[in-house]
This record gives sequence, structure tokens and C-alpha cells, in this order.
Amino acid sequence: MPKSLFQKVWEAHTVRTLANGQTQLLIGTHLIHEVTSPQAFGMLRDLGLKVAMPNRTFATVDHIVPTDEVAEPYADPLADAMIKSLRRSCQEFGITFFDRATGKQGIVHVVGPEQGITQPGTTIACGDSHTSTHGAFGAIAFGIGTTQIRDVLATQTMALGRLKVRRINVTGRLGPGVYAKDVILHLIQTLGVNGGTGFAYEYGGDVFDRFSMEERMTVCNMSIEGGARVGYVNPDETTFAYLEGRPYSPKGAAWEAAVAGWRAVASDPGCAYDDVVTIRGEDIPPTVTWGINPGQAVGIDGCIPDPSKTTAVDEKASIEEALAYMKLKPGAPIKGTKIDVAFVGSCTNGRLSDFQEVARFLKGRRVAPGVKAIAVPGSQGVGVLCVSLGIDRLFRDAGFEWREAGCSMCLAMNPDKLVGDQICASSSNRNFKGRQGSPTGRTLLMSPLMVAAAAVTGRVADARAVFNVA
Amino acid sequence: MPLEKITSVAGRAVSVPGNDIDTDRIIPARFMKCVTFDGLGAFLFHDVRKNADGTDRAHPLNDPRFKGATILLSGANFGCGSSREHAPQALQKYGFRAIVAENFAEIFFGNCTTLGIPCLGASRADIQRIAAAVAQNPATEVVIDLAHSEIRFGGQTVKAAIRESAREALVNGRWDAIGDLLEGADRVKKLAARLPYLSV
Repeated sequence: MPKSLFQKVWEAHTVRTLANGQTQLLIGTHLIHEVTSPQAFGMLRDLGLKVAMPNRTFATVDHIVPTDEVAEPYADPLADAMIKSLRRSCQEFGITFFDRATGKQGIVHVVGPEQGITQPGTTIACGDSHTSTHGAFGAIAFGIGTTQIRDVLATQTMALGRLKVRRINVTGRLGPGVYAKDVILHLIQTLGVNGGTGFAYEYGGDVFDRFSMEERMTVCNMSIEGGARVGYVNPDETTFAYLEGRPYSPKGAAWEAAVAGWRAVASDPGCAYDDVVTIRGEDIPPTVTWGINPGQAVGIDGCIPDPSKTTAVDEKASIEEALAYMKLKPGAPIKGTKIDVAFVGSCTNGRLSDFQEVARFLKGRRVAPGVKAIAVPGSQGVGVLCVSLGIDRLFRDAGFEWREAGCSMCLAMNPDKLVGDQICASSSNRNFKGRQGSPTGRTLLMSPLMVAAAAVTGRVADARAVFNVA
Repeated sequence: MPLEKITSVAGRAVSVPGNDIDTDRIIPARFMKCVTFDGLGAFLFHDVRKNADGTDRAHPLNDPRFKGATILLSGANFGCGSSREHAPQALQKYGFRAIVAENFAEIFFGNCTTLGIPCLGASRADIQRIAAAVAQNPATEVVIDLAHSEIRFGGQTVKAAIRESAREALVNGRWDAIGDLLEGADRVKKLAARLPYLSV
């Protein structure tokens, strides 16, 4: 019987079936950060338990780190207590910590792949919903809560119900100026913010075959915004080329053996899926959100919906709630919406290729007066590469602030926040009410190049026109 | 570690209507700057309950008629977004013992079950009937019956759904899996030894 990657990885990691019917699943790789793990270590101590496989947990610090004043102690004593707590726990339990001093610090979903820790055919868990990112490598990667972090620390396993698998094909080609971010925003808009509940999403088709690993990561990252806890792409030559030579990638004879295993873990031709969805790449426009969840999005040539034009009760209510919060005019074109802040970064779009692509078009341009623009590399590694390629200079010359690595304004647990009801053109992943640190702040999600177009014009704009993308 | 067998939850209810209520709304990220979960209850739904100056906004949880409610009623896709366990922890520390909604986001549902908070799905019409009864008489006792997968209130009974693995775990006192998982330790070692990336 042909099997999907999900099925193969699930079976290979099944320890046993528990009394309630859930599976005890072996988690090969565990990633932790400072926000959701301190309480888990506390629970371990309370129960007198040890970490089962300390060499299979890797820690970094990302959510609360300032991106300007990075020296400790941090100005915010609560943030300072969190990083110190993580450092202490890693020492106590013998866990590798990619602290700033190692030069390997960054957003957990940027660091794992960059270090070669994220590998095909593995199971990965992390106390962060964007753990689905790692599925880009053909790993099955779960976002988990703190009690489950405790479970993984103590047993290297967790209790889970099996997911169904939906194959999502994106066929053909994307148009110029259309990016991986547009693909996932379009998919979420099409399938709904809870369309993926109970499913793992397997992404494939021509567009994914051609995508780089970083583009695949952008899509897998936002699977959770579509309700799917897991998203993955089958491993191929692109995957192997990315991993070869990374610090934690297998070496020598072990590399050859690993690649053979990785090839074998990909979904078999003709395997059964619980559902299949096919979308044409040509139909995907540069996409921008207008509302308070990532499914409330529209193509750049589209208009903000008018609740009076819909008869569906639910839809009407959700549009009204969103527009009341966003203070946007029903029926108006999304293009031309004035912005106050532009943010390029996050685990969705904070990798080298994201900054490279923007830099390609930013030369000779200036951020519009009155717009605060910040660029935050996803890791110290990304930052170093950008500097070595002169990318940071191009951003600075254009009027962006170039910062140190972290989650930054995606969720504003550090000092990078919106003020009042500012509108932010953002390459991040969530536009929930208050997400960017101000209870009345407003977020428009879009691709990094669309953020740059908004930054230089001061308004939501079609990056293809602003930068003559062809 | 014997756990409580959660076969039913009885108490007063409060309705916080709306679809896609995300975990950022349940507990805004800035309140997660902590190394324990203690005290999170005070910040539950903070930004929709409070004005910038700290005064109360109109919100069901600020309505004195619903003080002391232990059952939360809501709409579809409740708990979507971030995996932060701070959200169910804040709900639990505020005093909620069960949640009834049209459906739940996956990670949130699992986090709640692990804390012994039953999350029951019910139809919108039935949730509205419960909400209407509670609005008319906030003292109405609502009973979440996990043994029979139903909800009783004011002489009425409606059907409720909960994933069987979660129901089983709650009613048999196995909702915190750590005991079960630790028992499998020997098998875990053997399985790990067979996987190339774990045996090196």
C-alpha cells in the first residue's frame, strides 16, 4: 500500500497506543524558547523528573529579546528574568542553548533549519504554533502547550490523536511579484481560518517543486493560520542541497545514508489522501489582509468588503466586527490605505531571501515621510549574511531601521510595538486585535516586497507597479 | 498521581459570543512575560474588558450578573492562533471549569484537555438556547454531563460533542498524560535506538 509521508513518519515514531486511543508519539527533536518553557521546567522540578534526552532539546531566545539594546540586563526586568530563567534551566538539565553569545541565536523556526537540526522524516515539537514551519523539510512538526513541553522534556514523547491529511496542489506558475506569502494568504482565504482543523496539510505541485526551502518555510509556517496544526512538503533535491554541510547535518557516509532514508520517506505515488485541493498558481494575486484574522484578505486590486452586500449572517457579523476595529471604509479599494509602520521580519518572512528580494528593489528608494520602517533579521546568522552582502546598508540607506534578531513586532513582547491605532504593513503572520502590542493597533499582512512598497509610498500599493517588477 | 475523574461540571454560565476568538484576545502577549502561570486570571480577555485608562468596558465578564460563572459559552473556532497554554491557564485561574463552543482550534483543545478543562462542541442554536436561558436568569444551573455527552439547563437537555479520546481521558482521570507516558520509557528507548537520527 502506498503511504503518505505523514503516515510513514507517524508509524515510525509510534511508541504505543494509550488507553484513551491516542498515540504515544516519539518526538525526535524538541525546540524551546523563553516564553512557553519556564513553567514546564518548573513542573519537572515539582515532580522530581529529569530531562529524558537532553541532547534532543535545543533552546534559543527570541520572543522577548530587544532588537536595539541587546546587552543584559534588559531594561524590562520581566524579560530579563525570562532569559535568565531559560539559561539556568538549560544549564541545570544539560540542554544546548543558542544564546546570543554563540552567534546562533534567533527565532526558533529560523535557527532550527539554519543549524541543520530540522531534518526530513523526523518529528519535531516546540511550544509555539508556528512550529509547522519545519514541515518544509518533510518533518512532522507540532506546536504544543507548556504541559506538553513538560511531557516531551520528561519522556521525549507526547500523547496525540492522529491527523487526517489534505493534499494541496498549487499548479503552474506564480506571476512576477507574487510570493510564497501570497500563496499561503490566498490558501487561508480560500480554505478558511479553521478549514484545516484535524488535518495535516501536504503542499505540492509545480509551484512547490520550484520553491526554495525558504519559500516552503513561509507557506508551512502559516499552516496554523489556516487551522492546520501540521503542514509539510515532501523532501527533494532542494531539501538535501539546503541541508548539506549545515552544523547538525549528517556528515560523510552518514550523509549518504541519511539522504537515502529521506528520499524513501516522501509520500509514495498513488498514496491515499483524506482530501485533495488544487489551486492554479496563475490565479494567486499579491494578497493583503484587511481584517482581524488572516483569512480576511483580498487581492491587491480588490476592495474591502461591504457588510451590507452580504446576506450570510456570520460573514456580515465578522466583517462588521473587523471593520469596526480596523476603521476601514467598506467597499473602498485596499490599495491606497495609509500606513504608519512597516515591518519586515518574523518566522514567516525573516530569512535571507526575504531581505535579498526587498533589497533588490529598494536601491535608490526612500521610506515615505512619517512612516517608521524596521527590518529585523530572523536570526543572528541571517543578520551576519545580510551585512556581508551589504543588504543592511541598502535598507538603512532607504530609511529602514536595521535591528538585531528576534520576533520583534510580530507579537511585540519586546519593546517593538505599535502605538495607539497605528496601521502596520507587516510581513508577519497574525493580524489579530492587539497583536502588535497596542490594544487598538492595526495590522495588514502581506509579502516583504509589498511591505517595502507600502513603506516607500506610505500606502498599501501594488509592489509590481511601485518597483516595476516584471 | 491519581487525577480527578471529571464526569460532569455544574455551575453558572456566561456567554462571550463571537467566532474566531483567538488566544491573543484571551491573553494578550504582553501578559506572558512571566515564569509562572500564577496571576494570569486577572488578565483574561484584558484588552476587550478594559479601556486604556484601566476602567471597565462593556463585556460579559464585567457584568456583575455573571460573576462566579464557571462555564464559558462561545462561537466557532474558539482558541485559534498561538499555542500559548497561558490562554487555558488564564481561563482556569479566572474560575472557568468547562467551555462550550461550536468548535475549537486544535492546539487550544488539547491544552485544555490536559488541564482537565472539558471543551464541548454544540450547535449554534443550542448554545444560543443556553445563552438565552442564562441571560434571562443568570442563576440557572448548567450541567455539562460528560458521561452522556449532553448539557442540561433549566429543564432542557441538548446534545454536546467531545472527541472520544478527550472524553475518555477526562471521565477516567487520565487527562494529564504524564503518568501514562512515563510508563512507556523502556519502549521509547528501544524505538529511539531504531531511528538513525536518534541513535547516533
